[in-house]
Amino acid sequence: MNHRYLPMTEQDKKEMLDVIGVKTVDELFSDIPEKVRFQGELKIKQAKSETALTRELMLMAGKNADTKQYISFLGAGVYDHFSPTIVDHVISRSEFYTAYTPYQPEISQGELQAIFEYQTMISELTGMEVANSSMYDGGTSFAEAAMLAAGQTRRKKVLVSEAVNPESRAVLATYAAGQQVEVVTIPQKNGVTDTDALKELLTTDVAAVMVQYPNFFGQIERLDKIQELTHGSKSMFVVSSNPLSLGALTPPGQFGADIVVGDAQPFGLPQAFGGPHCGYFAVTKKLMRKVPGRLVGETTDDEGQRGYVLTLQAREQHIRRDKATSNICSNQALNALAASVAMTALGKNGIQEIAAQNFQKSHYAKQQLKSAGVLIVDEGYTFNEFVIQLNRPVKEVNQLLLQKGIIGGYDLGRDFQDRENQMLIAVTEQRTKEDIDIFVKELSVYA
Amino acid sequence: MHKKDQPLIFELSKKGRTGYSLTSLDVPEVDLALLAPEGFIRKDAPELPEVAELDIMRHYTALSKRNHGVDSGFYPLGSCTMKYNPKVNEAVARYAGFAHIHPLQEASSVQGAMELMYDLQEHLIEITGMDEVTLQPAAGAHGEWTGLMMIRAYHEAKGDFNRTKVIVPDSAHGTNPASATVAGFETITVKSNEAGLVDLDDLKRVVGEDTAALMLTNPNTLGLFEENILEMAAIIHEAGGKLYYDGANLNAVLSKARPGDMGFDVVHLNLHKTFTGPHGGGGPGSGPVGVKKDLIPFLPKPILVKNGEQYEFDYNRPDSIGRVKPFYGNFGINVRAYTYIRTMGPDGLKAVSEYAVLNANYMMRRLAPHFDLPFDRHCKHEFVLSGKRQKKLGVRTLDIAKRLLDFGYHPPTIYFPLNVEECMMIEPTETESKETLDSFIDAMIQIAKEVEDTPEVVQEAPHTTIIGRLDETKAARQPVLRYMKKEAVKI
Repeated sequence: MNHRYLPMTEQDKKEMLDVIGVKTVDELFSDIPEKVRFQGELKIKQAKSETALTRELMLMAGKNADTKQYISFLGAGVYDHFSPTIVDHVISRSEFYTAYTPYQPEISQGELQAIFEYQTMISELTGMEVANSSMYDGGTSFAEAAMLAAGQTRRKKVLVSEAVNPESRAVLATYAAGQQVEVVTIPQKNGVTDTDALKELLTTDVAAVMVQYPNFFGQIERLDKIQELTHGSKSMFVVSSNPLSLGALTPPGQFGADIVVGDAQPFGLPQAFGGPHCGYFAVTKKLMRKVPGRLVGETTDDEGQRGYVLTLQAREQHIRRDKATSNICSNQALNALAASVAMTALGKNGIQEIAAQNFQKSHYAKQQLKSAGVLIVDEGYTFNEFVIQLNRPVKEVNQLLLQKGIIGGYDLGRDFQDRENQMLIAVTEQRTKEDIDIFVKELSVYA
Repeated sequence: MHKKDQPLIFELSKKGRTGYSLTSLDVPEVDLALLAPEGFIRKDAPELPEVAELDIMRHYTALSKRNHGVDSGFYPLGSCTMKYNPKVNEAVARYAGFAHIHPLQEASSVQGAMELMYDLQEHLIEITGMDEVTLQPAAGAHGEWTGLMMIRAYHEAKGDFNRTKVIVPDSAHGTNPASATVAGFETITVKSNEAGLVDLDDLKRVVGEDTAALMLTNPNTLGLFEENILEMAAIIHEAGGKLYYDGANLNAVLSKARPGDMGFDVVHLNLHKTFTGPHGGGGPGSGPVGVKKDLIPFLPKPILVKNGEQYEFDYNRPDSIGRVKPFYGNFGINVRAYTYIRTMGPDGLKAVSEYAVLNANYMMRRLAPHFDLPFDRHCKHEFVLSGKRQKKLGVRTLDIAKRLLDFGYHPPTIYFPLNVEECMMIEPTETESKETLDSFIDAMIQIAKEVEDTPEVVQEAPHTTIIGRLDETKAARQPVLRYMKKEAVKI
């Protein structure tokens, strides 16, 4: 058959079969037992031309309400942020996206150096000494952090704040079940981790205390107090953090975190219906050799020229097999590159400005909603998200908002029984004053 | 090529330069100190670079030129299926209706995305011969772990808590035993025989009442079809275990033999290998998992269901192993794979495997006189050579790989599988032309001659790359994992 992805001609095929010494391609499959050989044709859709297929898929995409056309106030772990145009241009360089893991450093210096730079940026933002080359996403990074802590402390219990993203907690529960690690929830009180409850739960068999900063309800957890309690029982302090917030917030590293994880999606990565995003994983130097995933390190070649290689590979599955620190192989390298470009474009000043704008705009929205008579739940210090109380189901309100071209906030009643009719709202730098004012007006009806 | 260092982006930074444009704040500004507890507003700004937009583009363009991808040249990296990444896939994944939708939007506002996922699942079910598919796992290894967790849940649901062992062949990918550990199992290795296939007697020896599963890649990592697959399936199933299919090598058998028909109970696919999701310099991938009926209750939740014309996520799955990833998988990669499958159709996918296998056999036969061929039989989509003969002359497989760089090729996978000495694992894929294969073969033959005549040329390779062989020992002994600003010299 002729297909644009299949360059062999009939003549090529004939010459090749001659070299092999067989008459037909079928003979090459003769080692597949008759009983399992697939007969007939796969019952899947027939091939379409480029034009016909892109038309069909464009229509399919058109059925979705996208945030280029709708005004979104939905966050809960995935955000609509400014993405510099150059991000997509860089990651569209096919030398990057059609390469694989840089196992041959001499012809992969570009990728290796880009990742080395990414590791540096994540270290800077989190205030940690070492960052790896990426994980799948924030949720699996969070789970892997618990596994690292359990392995390192040889303890089999982790305490996780109820104010951590429910998706991350759910992923952790699955990983923990695999490795017989017990997960105990630290209740939240008024939208923050209940430190009195933590004190009660914090016994000497706890491998890690795990919180989110800013937490799922948008609140700024008192990392200073939680750290003191955690290290008091020689447990590890794990913080999941929105890295964009760290342009304004004191980084977890400065509060003594042992492991900082999260998702770099706010930096240049489209929401993409939940993935692919880009988990990050940062640790203290002490834990450097226990990190899951790939690490890029600086070295020199035989003439003393600076270069980069994958390093400390004795941790990894292709060397250590069943004794590896994790089973991760493919990571999110291209998305780490995208995040690097976005972080580079923002730079030292932009990261502060964008974080500050998130603070300011969500604060404005909060004040306006309050003035419009909407109840703000869990009054406290928040970054770019906060919780409001409505007088009817969030799902219902969101359906009505969609008709007005607005994607409303997250329905907290889905995960928290005592938070019925509560909506988690995200206000990023993308929302203008006008967007916010319209949103407030619409919501005031349901106060 | 001229050897030249590319400065780090941090070294290009100059105080006062800007690479971004944000809309000015249009709401009343409040002192940040009032919006956070005391001590929680950052004092020292993160040291991100300060560079202008053109500097950024030149920097990353320079880096891209220091990188080899499939679009740069031949990339016969065995086991990774480095085929062409179609550009239309990239375009479709960037449609606003796919790229800019939030995973927690009302289902009514993302019906198109759910339709695509559902139809992709249907296609993968038919291609693999399984009964149900989840798109949630993020990559191959993640799919392995997901599958093993489901197998564990299956045994435990039957009250059987003694199945603590997972059997893997000695030729298995490293992720197999690593995933088994993460899923809480112990790994048992089964030997390969002289023919490069799983040794049935050894399998019978290691299988037992404690066997949870056998993980198998078929064709295996030597590129050989495990022709005793039905006997193996019977051995495992009679012992009460489950059969797990590592889909890394599915490119060899599309429309030729389906895992579901071979007796496999669980399958993971690597959409970034077989179905052209780009490898991205190491990811993101996508690792959907397919299962047979009796494992359906244990699939990660939510499950995508179709009620009449409406798509919905079903979270009410009491026996599910839970979530393995936030949301619904690497949707963006799944869009690319779906676009590819729809571009190929049933005839196209069949032709993919036929050409992948034809190309590998052709290369194998032409290279066989010049290197050792450990398994002299038809291969599938890849084959292994051994550099034993060259090693006797003082040239290692690593040297041969480095010499290939001088010819503009990415070398094959080397020193894997572990059961072949001085191994080279070559996978051409179906998207390469005969001319490309011939040029590569010629280069390999020339290198084999050099090993005999001028071994130092190979031992000291590469000669033309922008950097020489790097000191990996130094990198590991004195790890430098980030850039540190050089302290200004105090006068």
